[in-house]
Amino acid sequence: MSDEYASGSSTTGTAADSGADGDTDAAADGEDNSPETDGGRQAYTVRLELVDEPGELLRALAPISEHGGNLLSIHHERGNITPRGHIPVEVDLECVPARFDDVVDGLREAGINVIQAGPERYGEELTVVLVGHLVETDLSDSLSRIEGEAHAGVLDLSLNAPDGTDAISSARLRLAVDTGRRETVLEALRSLADEKGLSLIEPLSGGEI
Amino acid sequence: MRLAILGAGAVGGSVAELAGEYGHEVVALANSSQAAVADEDEEIDVESALERAASDEALGSSDPDRVFETDYDVLVEATPTTLGEAEPGFSHVERTLADDKHVVLANKGPVAERYEDVRALERESAGSVRFEAAVGGAIPVLSTIEDCTPQAVTAVRGVLNGTANFILTRMAAEGLEYEHVLAEAQDLGVAEADPTFDVDGTDAALKCVILANVLADGGFSLEDADVTGIQDVPPSALELAAEDGRTIRLVGEATREGVRVGPRLVPENGAMAVSGTRNIVQIQTRHAGDLYSSGRGAGGPETATAVLSDVGRL
Repeated sequence: MSDEYASGSSTTGTAADSGADGDTDAAADGEDNSPETDGGRQAYTVRLELVDEPGELLRALAPISEHGGNLLSIHHERGNITPRGHIPVEVDLECVPARFDDVVDGLREAGINVIQAGPERYGEELTVVLVGHLVETDLSDSLSRIEGEAHAGVLDLSLNAPDGTDAISSARLRLAVDTGRRETVLEALRSLADEKGLSLIEPLSGGEI
Repeated sequence: MRLAILGAGAVGGSVAELAGEYGHEVVALANSSQAAVADEDEEIDVESALERAASDEALGSSDPDRVFETDYDVLVEATPTTLGEAEPGFSHVERTLADDKHVVLANKGPVAERYEDVRALERESAGSVRFEAAVGGAIPVLSTIEDCTPQAVTAVRGVLNGTANFILTRMAAEGLEYEHVLAEAQDLGVAEADPTFDVDGTDAALKCVILANVLADGGFSLEDADVTGIQDVPPSALELAAEDGRTIRLVGEATREGVRVGPRLVPENGAMAVSGTRNIVQIQTRHAGDLYSSGRGAGGPETATAVLSDVGRL
């Protein structure tokens, strides 16, 4: 199943590296299926992370059917809160391999946090808040150094500067970090904050909190 | 048990008031300059001693030093926490243990700053030292760790300062500035006239240092803690956190590796986001997952309850 996904992706050329080496038969099958065909459906599992709000699950499932996926089962892991306070949901679906990327992209476009899709694990997200003279200390330099030195992708940034950009302001950063590198990234953020005289408000680590 | 109480403030006074209910007798009660001391085989009149203290009269006619000469079983040390050498609390512990008697601390100083010294004195004594009241007031933190055995506890995290928590809760709810909410907290009596220890994280750090000492059997003092307070948290940061379903709490973390205290992002509806002056402690264990305990982390009768449960465990 997982190889099928990788091979399906390879048609786009973006995720070819993540595909398992060697299962060329599967790759061939995948490429044979054009998005329009209804045959050759494969089962996939995606892991999502949802905010615990009414309607959120329904919103998360819509892109799956919109992109030709067929829902098989939904495992809503209530009570198993992620460190970010969200609820992990595992969705089994089937679709033609070539459409699976569209399903995942559709989920992303709808603002749904995809943790894992098929064989590919999308790392972790890390949200921090920086406080201080963010603009005067060159915010864009800070962001490029977070990407360069801390090896974290800046997914989005919200700046709150109620007293103007030359006063104390706050920024919330959502970062993509490789699985298992959370502490290294935080370490780099701490030293960047120290150097620029900013305060770093970290997420609390550890367990279901 | 016959209790001698040093410190007649909110905690010491409440221990004296509640002792009878728990089946104990109070044989001495002292502040830094005066003491009420009972005659042999007698108890002191707690009510009138506290009334005198409340109306600024002498608590008693004895010298505080005479407390150690009474026929007591347990010394309750409820004098204010001091840093560095942790005096005079440490000397009180030393003297009690030298007489082979037990000591129950509400004072954080000796076990945060001189843990190894306290344990060394305890090993030489027939008496023992307990200090449940020093961490999290009425919340049974240390006895829970003791019950799980400290070796099976991997980390303890918590919101351990009610004043800082009250300020952050109000700032988040009302979008107010730190200084404004602090003044309000002072008016309400939630914050001290000098709130430095609470808002700069020192108080939470002392509690976490004690926890780290219990987990690692010593090795930590306040100097080893990495501490950041809440003074620089602006309302704009709390707003941004709220937009993302989170809030900010002053959280202390104690492990065998170290102690960290600082403002942290926590899920808005998660266990750590206790509001107002409530405290919460998460005890992360090797075999039993996470244990949570929440309640009143300060206050006279609340903290006295922890002191009296320690006395009961002796």
